[in-house]
Amino acid sequence: MSDFIGRRPIWSLVILIAVALLAFLIFAVWTPWMELTFGRKRVFLSALFNGITLGGLYFLVASGFTLIFGLMRNVNLAHGSLYLFGGYVGYSIGNLTGSWFAALIGAFVIVALAGMLMQVLLFRWMEGQDLRQTLVTIGLSIIVADLLLWGYGGDTFQVTTPDWLSGPIQLPFVVALRSNGEAVMMMYPLVRIAILIGAIILGVAMWLVLNRTRIGMLVRAGVDDRDMLSATGVRVQLVFIMVFAFGAGLAGLAGVVGGTFQSLQPGEDTKILLSSLVVVIVGGMGSIPGAAMGALIVGLAEQFGSVYMPTYAVMLTFVIMVVVLAIRPQGLAAVRR
Amino acid sequence: MALAEPRLAIATPRPREGLAEVIARQGTAFWIVAALLLVMPLIANPFWLVQILAYAMILGMIALSLMFLAGYGGIVSLIQMTVAAFAAYLVAIFGDSAITQISLKWPWWTAVPVAILLATLFGTLGGALSVRTEGIYTIMITLAIGSAFYYLTLQNYTIFNGFSGFNGVLPPVFLGVDWGSTVPFYYLALGCAALAYAVVVYVSRAPFGLALQGTRDNPRRMAALGFDVVAHRIAAYAFASVIAAFAGVLLVWYQRQVSPGTGGVGPVVDILIIAVVGGLSRPIGPFIGALVYVLLRTFALDLLEGVGFEGKRYQLLIGLGFLVIVLFSPDGLIGIWQRLRDRYRRGRETQAAQMRVGGGSP
Repeated sequence: MSDFIGRRPIWSLVILIAVALLAFLIFAVWTPWMELTFGRKRVFLSALFNGITLGGLYFLVASGFTLIFGLMRNVNLAHGSLYLFGGYVGYSIGNLTGSWFAALIGAFVIVALAGMLMQVLLFRWMEGQDLRQTLVTIGLSIIVADLLLWGYGGDTFQVTTPDWLSGPIQLPFVVALRSNGEAVMMMYPLVRIAILIGAIILGVAMWLVLNRTRIGMLVRAGVDDRDMLSATGVRVQLVFIMVFAFGAGLAGLAGVVGGTFQSLQPGEDTKILLSSLVVVIVGGMGSIPGAAMGALIVGLAEQFGSVYMPTYAVMLTFVIMVVVLAIRPQGLAAVRR
Repeated sequence: MALAEPRLAIATPRPREGLAEVIARQGTAFWIVAALLLVMPLIANPFWLVQILAYAMILGMIALSLMFLAGYGGIVSLIQMTVAAFAAYLVAIFGDSAITQISLKWPWWTAVPVAILLATLFGTLGGALSVRTEGIYTIMITLAIGSAFYYLTLQNYTIFNGFSGFNGVLPPVFLGVDWGSTVPFYYLALGCAALAYAVVVYVSRAPFGLALQGTRDNPRRMAALGFDVVAHRIAAYAFASVIAAFAGVLLVWYQRQVSPGTGGVGPVVDILIIAVVGGLSRPIGPFIGALVYVLLRTFALDLLEGVGFEGKRYQLLIGLGFLVIVLFSPDGLIGIWQRLRDRYRRGRETQAAQMRVGGGSP
């Protein structure tokens, strides 16, 4: 941290000022002049929170994507299909058992198994041919999309939120002042907060596992030099299968999460795939912190875009991607090798 | 990268040959196909001429531009369909359409060149952006650019007329011929496709094409030899964009309408499927792939219902077919054909050898 400040004094100052400004915007009671420029504070705050929670969802999907890419150099374009598959599986399990947690865990396990099968049956046999692997994932995504359409039809589904997570919660942020001087607090859906906290916990756990355990060490070594790792006697195929299963499982888990606060329908797979592509490109391929950063940026851009310039909200994320590509083609958090 | 780096004949320096020699070198199959295509209007009905053959040629041209990039440059770009869709949009915007408040009603001989020029520029810019990345990254970035264009057309109403797009885009009447009617349109598509094919074959043997193949095989060595690798790749994008833009103009004349769906993620991936299924190693591959694709799309419904399957599942059929091709024949249908031919030849040679052994020595 202090190292960063020493190296980039101007950038640290800019970041510091931006953070201070953001904190001011969140906590201060807005003056009429500010309401005039930025619109109502409630809108601003909900865009901010929606953006951050959406970023949480994107992080869940994109971290699996980036992990698989980083280790196996496999651009899994079927990742969106795994997401949708997980969502549908979670919906079915939730309907059968009535438990949201069962849906979450069931989707994780089943989609992880599907991912394991993909690695064992297909990708294992074409190691190093990354283009061919990508083409296979495209074929798979077409097949899975049609099978899901066959099984579940074109209707929109939503995974039911458990009782203890439904309903709004009061956040300690003043939205406006009543005429008698009483402060109106921000109300926000609890389930989104829970999902955000879950994503953060998962992210921290992943970071800890990657950086502090033996398995994480193997994975990092594999990212750096796959051949050397297998030459040291590690059963690298086993590591691959585990990572693929975990990444796919995360996508399935995210499907349930996305199905809870958004909806599940055909076409959602491509949308999520494109979002995670942009997230990973912006953040830097193969980097977990990059995925977090990219997810936050893309989520915020989508939400603020839809509030302040509704026509071009989706475009904004792509503009960000193009700018990042032009300035820092390897992504914001990627390490130059 | 087995697919993007097909086993090409090593480019031996060939003496410059004239047009006559090139024509004389073609095999019998070439002449049979050419003659068949030329007399097709006498044999086939209008449905086959336009809906199947002309459409396959248009899609084949777009896939050909991808084949040029992927086969000779090692760049798998998903932007080609977007370039074509952009050209189609521009023809509708500058030319005439049913959306009179947007279309500028320029005559076709200004609208079409401007559309092709701008679409080429767009493709080149997209290429310049994605050329900074390599190999597998290119797929991701071009896919993202393509979907950005899709969302732009979907949400912009002032220029692209949003969700509904443009309809009523008619092919021009020129030299007293209505190019929208069946036979002229067939010949128009055939002419453009043949020209694109010939140009790609020519460029692949020209110094530029050879240098491009060099950058595909070993960019570092080419750079050391003094070639500007990035410039070659961007030029390849520009060349491919011209072909895709021409195809886009034909496409809007064929469909008589253009909407965001023209350049959506589905068609973008379809072009990749066509090129890969046909084969990325030779310029004829994309056309074969396009023909198979169009036939499948048109008749899969009847075919599936004929075997007692639900007709709506043709997407499944396409996906499975694609997967099988990718898994078992990385060079696509052309690869299968070549392997069969080689096996047949080898079989005959061994047979001949055995006969020599059997009956020969004194």
